[in-house]
Amino acid sequence: MISLMTTITCSAQIENLAKIEQFVDECAERFRLDAKKTFGLHVAVEEIFVNICNYAYPDEAGLVSILSGIEDNALVLEISDNGIPFNILLLPEPDTSLGIEERNVGGLGGYLIRKLTDDVSYRREEGKNILKLVMLPVS
Amino acid sequence: MNIEASKESAAMVVTVTGRLDAVTFSGYEQKINALIAEGETKFVIDLEKLEYISSAGLRALLATAKRIKAKSGQILLANISGPVKEVFDLSGFGTIFQLYDSVESALEIVAG
Repeated sequence: MISLMTTITCSAQIENLAKIEQFVDECAERFRLDAKKTFGLHVAVEEIFVNICNYAYPDEAGLVSILSGIEDNALVLEISDNGIPFNILLLPEPDTSLGIEERNVGGLGGYLIRKLTDDVSYRREEGKNILKLVMLPVS
Repeated sequence: MNIEASKESAAMVVTVTGRLDAVTFSGYEQKINALIAEGETKFVIDLEKLEYISSAGLRALLATAKRIKAKSGQILLANISGPVKEVFDLSGFGTIFQLYDSVESALEIVAG
């Protein structure tokens, strides 16, 4: 059960990134997440939000919602959209050992989401893509 | 994000302040591309005041670096620290870019 929930919903447009970032700041502050983890959470949420803006709604405008709360002492964010089924976590990982010339420009988003959160999972539910991020408190 | 460029004898020093994210990355790319179009090939990017970077920002740094390399130019990064450095290291960017702990030391390298 997720308790102490807050939510934000906005249209899936890149211009709304600042609104999303402000919401993430408020969640992190309420949970007293430390600076390092707050930074990681910002990056993870941006990667997911941008992916939804770019790919979830190819033919029409759509919405993004974030639900935030506490579950088992952890800060939890669930980011959802009603767009085409897509799991960013299934994208191949970039080869981080390549040099400038060989290195591909894409593929970093899903990788950073996994690295900068304590847990992340995807589910498709009632026509929605839902990505759940878990940030544990610093012990 | 704010971006400023100043011409030193060895290279263009480009100072990036604030956030390099999915909204602001294009401003960075445009600035560097404009400088390349003006004939600049040697760059030191000062990231001391860069507070935040996401994959969009990393992609922009990589894309401009590829363009500079294609012109047989040089791009060196200076003053990366804190969480920005951590994202760099996670992404393998800490090894694909030459990182220096001051603009002066980067300029010395460019000057040879």
